[in-house]
Amino acid sequence: MKRKKAFSLSRTLAWLGVHLNLVIMAIIVVYPVMWMVLAALSPTRGTPGAVMSDMWLGVIPIPSGLTLDNFRRLFTDHNYGLWYRNSLIIAVLNTVGTVLVHTFMGFVFARLQFRGRKAGLLTIMVLNMFPSFLAMVAIYTIFLTFGWLNNIYALALLYIGGGIPGTMWLMRGYMLNIPKSLDEAAYIDGATKMQLFTKVIFPLSKPIIAFVGFNAFMGPWMDYIFPRLLLRSGENFTIAIGLMSLADHNSASWDITAFTAGALIIAVPFGILFFVFQKYFALGIAAGANKGE
Amino acid sequence: MAILVALMSALIWGSGQLMNKQYGKSLFFFLIQVLMIGIELGTGLLPLILGHVPPHARNGGLFTRGIWGAVTLGTIPRESAAVTVFDHSTMLLLTGLIAISILLGFFVFWQWNIRDAYKTRKHIMQGNEIESSRSYTKRVLHDSFEYIAMAPGLAFVTIFSLIPIFFAFLVAFTSYDMNNIPPRHLVDWVGFHNFRQVVTLAQVRTTLIGVAIWTVIWAFASTILAFIVGFLQAVMINSKVVRYPKLWRGLYILPWAIPGLVTMMLFRNFFVTTGVINAILMNIGIISEPIVFFASTAWSRAVLLIVQTWMAFAWWMVLITGVMTTLNPETYEAASIDGANAFQQFYKLTVPTIISAIAPLFIMGVAGNFNNFGIVYFITGGGPTNPNFFFAGNTDLLLTWVFSLTFDQRMYNLASVMSTFIFFAIAGVSAWNLTRTRAFKED
Repeated sequence: MKRKKAFSLSRTLAWLGVHLNLVIMAIIVVYPVMWMVLAALSPTRGTPGAVMSDMWLGVIPIPSGLTLDNFRRLFTDHNYGLWYRNSLIIAVLNTVGTVLVHTFMGFVFARLQFRGRKAGLLTIMVLNMFPSFLAMVAIYTIFLTFGWLNNIYALALLYIGGGIPGTMWLMRGYMLNIPKSLDEAAYIDGATKMQLFTKVIFPLSKPIIAFVGFNAFMGPWMDYIFPRLLLRSGENFTIAIGLMSLADHNSASWDITAFTAGALIIAVPFGILFFVFQKYFALGIAAGANKGE
Repeated sequence: MAILVALMSALIWGSGQLMNKQYGKSLFFFLIQVLMIGIELGTGLLPLILGHVPPHARNGGLFTRGIWGAVTLGTIPRESAAVTVFDHSTMLLLTGLIAISILLGFFVFWQWNIRDAYKTRKHIMQGNEIESSRSYTKRVLHDSFEYIAMAPGLAFVTIFSLIPIFFAFLVAFTSYDMNNIPPRHLVDWVGFHNFRQVVTLAQVRTTLIGVAIWTVIWAFASTILAFIVGFLQAVMINSKVVRYPKLWRGLYILPWAIPGLVTMMLFRNFFVTTGVINAILMNIGIISEPIVFFASTAWSRAVLLIVQTWMAFAWWMVLITGVMTTLNPETYEAASIDGANAFQQFYKLTVPTIISAIAPLFIMGVAGNFNNFGIVYFITGGGPTNPNFFFAGNTDLLLTWVFSLTFDQRMYNLASVMSTFIFFAIAGVSAWNLTRTRAFKED
């Protein structure tokens, strides 16, 4: 039997210090999130500062009353429904395209030997490092030449194409870790390269495909720069542009409570999906880090 | 004799194969040539020959017009709306690049066709039996599976990555800026003029240096700060005095689960003059006048660091917690038997292990922050503006500066020169880094 620990000053101090830090950190982390939730439910309108004056002691984000009016206004005063629909279309197309095209590219570069492979890898790697919007004038010109401006389907194509270098690299990193002996066994059994992909590698890569698909679905919702540049008319705007018009204090439609409401509609499902897919994130990091170490 | 066959194939695709009595193959190559010429005729020359000249075909079909456009960048500006036949310089450059890409694709078939004719003839002359077209097709289809499989991806990469990057690079050699916006004006090739300008204009030079220094400081400072905060939280939550580590960790992951764009827009509203932070400080009574955070360089930079740390520390915390679970308790027992106290154990065992495991990710983090366009764009917008700089502010990173040169100042050519510098810096370092790694050498 262990004797119950006696009171120790240093232990108590350590406990206090650690917990003081943890609580302060928790406040810093939670306060903005809580503020966002309660501003969305707040009946006050105006600047963020004005919303504060309505809160408990002017500091703690508990408003004097709760209302769903901000959510209603998103659909009546603003085009939230349209923004949502456009973002959803782009996100679904991007997910489908990414899973089909990028997975296959990853497979080819991870499991097959061919001439030009090393040059291809080096190219993809360099493209991966190039911030895509440095070439934005060019992308604008492409859209102008082909008459794609203001077209959400063309934007989805751009996401699929622009994502190839990054995603392919992740897929390849993951597929490299699948034992090579499986390939040999499959070939001995008379499998073609295509069958190797569909019957062996694809099923074994499901976790990374889930991760990549998740990212492809999430990405377009929160991309601002490309839609801003390539979509012109209000009926084609995405969530990101719409939210920015509500959140920007220089914009005529600055409406912080509507912004928080609109942000919540996106952030809550995002958050839930994030915790569901959490185990895949470590995987993504690992596959990304598998650049060659 | 084999040379003659190769020459024949070079002129009329598949004719060498015909002389080799390989009819299937011959037809295949011939049809590809027909396709190439068909595209050219169909898109331009044919209407020209038939006497009907659509404005877009003024200079031939896809290939001839493409190359002509890329070389001349057009000859007729649209000086007024009444001009209906005109040249749009940047569109010409782009279609030129596309035409050249397609021609390169045909070139692959062309040289394959010549080499095949030559090799087969050599083979025949040595008295060997020639492979039947059918078995050849089967073999080639199997061998070139990779290329066929990659074709869609390759097309995507070409249109959305390669051509744009070449285009951006070429714009650095043109006069494309706010005074030469097509189609009203024509754009011309100007050689290295823009590069000379960047080097010789003192203001551009000081801005480039100033912005680059802040970019490097930012890349390291923001990564290190988030790392340190994440590290401290991970260590504290892991310590024995904490009862519910999972609860705290779950709470701290919250910023990670919120979309970054929402976070940045929200924090912008926290720090604006009529924002949340000023309201809190005034309601508590710490200040009586609101602080104009974004007018001060020091505050703007501090706000960026705070927001970045808020968003990123959880990531480091989770990573470091993961590494700490791999620490072997026996090592610590051995250390304490040898007389190491808790501080020494932490300093000599925990820290080195974590640092060696985290180092590659740390470098990735620095690289990410180097290009952290979003946070600067959404929070400070690069400001406060520095009057000594060339259209840049004190929190501008290289990327945001290039972006505002492009879209606010419309100095496309100068922005392209900067992009080229950035690109070669990034690409050089990473390609060198990649070829050094073992896995790449083994490939």
